[in-house]
Amino acid sequence: MIASIQAVAPHDVALSVRDLTVNLPQGMERTHAVKDISFDLKRGQILCIIGESGSGKSVTANAIMGLLPKVIRLSSGVIQLEGMNIVGMSPDKLRNLRGRVVSMIFQDPLSALNPLMTVGAQIDEVMAAHGFGTPQTCRNRAIELLTEVGLPDPELMYYQYPFRLSGGQRQRVMIAMALALEPTVLIADEPTTALDVTTQAQILQLIRDIQRRKGMSVMFITHDFGVVAEIADSVVVMEKGHVVEQGSAEQVLKSPKHPYTQRLIAAVPHLTGEDRPRPEAASNEPILKVEGLVKTYRGGSALFGAQRTVTAVNEVSFELAPGRTLGVVGESGSGKSSLGRLLIKLLDSDGGGILFEGCDIAKLSEAKFRPLRPRIQMIFQDPFASLNPRSTVGHIMTVGPLAHGMPYVQARDEARALLAHVGLDAGAFGRYPHEFSGGQRQRIGIARALMFKPKLLIADEAVSALDVSIQAQILQLLDQIQRETGVSMVFITHDLRVASQICDEIAVMQTGRIVERGPPSQIFLNPQAAYTRQLVAAIPGERPGNAGPVAANA
Amino acid sequence: MRGFLLNRLLQSLVLLVIVSIIGFGILNLLPGGPLAQFGLDPGMTQQDIERLKGLLGLDRPIWIQYLDWAWRLVRGDWGHSFRDGAPVLDVIGSHLFATLLLMGSSTVIAISIGAWIGIRGATRRYSLFDYLATVGAMVALSVPTFWFGLVGIYVFSLKLGWLPAGNMSEIGDASILGYLHHLILPSIVLSLVHVAIWSRYMRTATLDAISQDFVKTARAKGLSERRILMKHVVGNALLPMITLAGMQLPSVLTGALVTETVFTWPGMGRLFLDSLGYSDYPVVMGLLMFSAILVLLGNLIADIVVAIVDPRIRLA
Repeated sequence: MIASIQAVAPHDVALSVRDLTVNLPQGMERTHAVKDISFDLKRGQILCIIGESGSGKSVTANAIMGLLPKVIRLSSGVIQLEGMNIVGMSPDKLRNLRGRVVSMIFQDPLSALNPLMTVGAQIDEVMAAHGFGTPQTCRNRAIELLTEVGLPDPELMYYQYPFRLSGGQRQRVMIAMALALEPTVLIADEPTTALDVTTQAQILQLIRDIQRRKGMSVMFITHDFGVVAEIADSVVVMEKGHVVEQGSAEQVLKSPKHPYTQRLIAAVPHLTGEDRPRPEAASNEPILKVEGLVKTYRGGSALFGAQRTVTAVNEVSFELAPGRTLGVVGESGSGKSSLGRLLIKLLDSDGGGILFEGCDIAKLSEAKFRPLRPRIQMIFQDPFASLNPRSTVGHIMTVGPLAHGMPYVQARDEARALLAHVGLDAGAFGRYPHEFSGGQRQRIGIARALMFKPKLLIADEAVSALDVSIQAQILQLLDQIQRETGVSMVFITHDLRVASQICDEIAVMQTGRIVERGPPSQIFLNPQAAYTRQLVAAIPGERPGNAGPVAANA
Repeated sequence: MRGFLLNRLLQSLVLLVIVSIIGFGILNLLPGGPLAQFGLDPGMTQQDIERLKGLLGLDRPIWIQYLDWAWRLVRGDWGHSFRDGAPVLDVIGSHLFATLLLMGSSTVIAISIGAWIGIRGATRRYSLFDYLATVGAMVALSVPTFWFGLVGIYVFSLKLGWLPAGNMSEIGDASILGYLHHLILPSIVLSLVHVAIWSRYMRTATLDAISQDFVKTARAKGLSERRILMKHVVGNALLPMITLAGMQLPSVLTGALVTETVFTWPGMGRLFLDSLGYSDYPVVMGLLMFSAILVLLGNLIADIVVAIVDPRIRLA
């Protein structure tokens, strides 16, 4: 083939990006999404592109797919795919390459499939779009693919609608779809970020297996160094639209050269397996004692038809001492968030007791509980959604204390002091939430909760939406606040690595029950329950007890 | 699914009872009551009216009258017209076809043209077409239907002479073509405001569907833009429109009332106005109940259709 002789890239490179610059529309904080980036994806390898939010990694992927939004223009550079430069290629030719030569899977499997089409029809569509096969051969191939990605009962699965499938199963369908025409390059854009840790481990395993079996080249975008350690052959590190470092996985992970990479790797939370030192003179009287707490959700009609009940929290009991942190970890649907809401009485419990400073708040009416409410405060997951965009930070922070009778001048002064305390300048008082970054907003959320001088903080996935470097800072802040104020914390998270950083004790939840409870050293180094062992084993890039990530293919 | 249907049916029944109580109450509160028209008749004495009241049972307490009326309604006896003594159901029945024809044809026009404008506006967002469609929709929404009707009659019937100015057919002409010829102007006039509503909703729903992740998946699969639009975008955008169609039914019905008056269309709308003029309470109540049933039925059907089309509801 003449094309391959003339190709710039050598034969062992499947995808080569040279000096790629993508401009952003005017008025954004940067002029470019990515600037002068170059890297090669070698044939039959997995290349991880890692960076924090806003680093330009997804824009790079979309540029290669020819899927950039219209307002974002690819201004210069070369993208060689199979020896062809796809920059400036006509939309029709690009379309012909998509799904056939290069495929893509996305972050959120719950929304990436059309809810009105069966799984089979959506896989058939790829083949039909590129004129491969008859309906009969398409169907056979689709079932073959569904078998290949390890879905149960492929014949039946072919006729299923996506809503019947779990997140992990849907991601398998996406992978089957991407593999339908045996593309040379597979682009995976954070394909495991939205999944539970055990599912994530399975999907990573699947991608690696298929890549090896087919000799496929995979460009894998992630923000998680743990995932990089599990799967990468080589790594590209991106920061604010620039490639700051690239090399083999071992080289980048073990001896990062660029300061940004070093910072990023240092910020990755690791399983410590070490217990936090016990504060001196800690009273042994628990501040919170939960006994046999039950919450049942009822669905369906009460009058007609079958009524469905789900026990979200099932006979949960634990104690929390003053100034200590209890981590509640579990996968989605384990009931950990319901538990958090029960503790702060955003939900009413169906049984059991919550003894807060010796008083059973579970049975209190809303009116009776109200004077106690300031003592228990919550820090929410999404720093973007949990602050009212129409209120100033000052208003957000003072509205609660004012309602509970604090004079305005005192509330304002305390709010300013707290803002300074959590690392924001006092000028933040008069500004609006949208003027702050995600990490800063979470600081505002924490300062808001502290306005009441609470005895107990419930943090529901408080750092999950943040980049690792910001995550580390917020964890540090929470730790500092606890040491200063002696507040107790219930720290709810799906991330065991984060939990191991900040918790004195960890409760592992599965389908509404606590299956194991103990100090981090027990949970991570010597787990008793089978489920805990499974969870710990699934953490990407970790071997318990090791200080750093270990290359998986070492 | 069955539980859901039973639930909705029960809700509809409760609503019907409430509608009937309000309607019955208001009609009986009107000055003069059901026999007001006889008060103006010089041939009727006060005794005659009293005797008539007794005969019609109008001297009983109102709640007894209501229960009596409601019980008969349930058994299919909707009473008799004060005007000519014909059974109310027969009177409604003879006007039903004309109204359903008008409503049906204008709904078909509204949905097809409105959806087309909406989809085109969404795929060519901020284009000249989108801009004109937006302005056009605002005009159609703000100008009253009867005005469009009068302008339509003036232009197409009086000046151009292309279309008949009113009625459903010429006397002695029962051909389908004749009906269609008469149907064109009133159905277009009635549909105008609904084309506007549909195009706006459809535009929003299409924009919503286009921004979904599965559309990006479809692009990544290498599908043509046309197939992405037809197979992935429109299907998902139409889903909320089904519910909208059910909710628009009352508005189509009231629109039909105005349109029928303008075009002397022999339908339920005109019957309603005529009966009000004659204080023909049994027919007015009958029409009220009938349209309430029609509207509730329409919404129920919309719910069922959504449940059939959307696998998440059908199979859940």
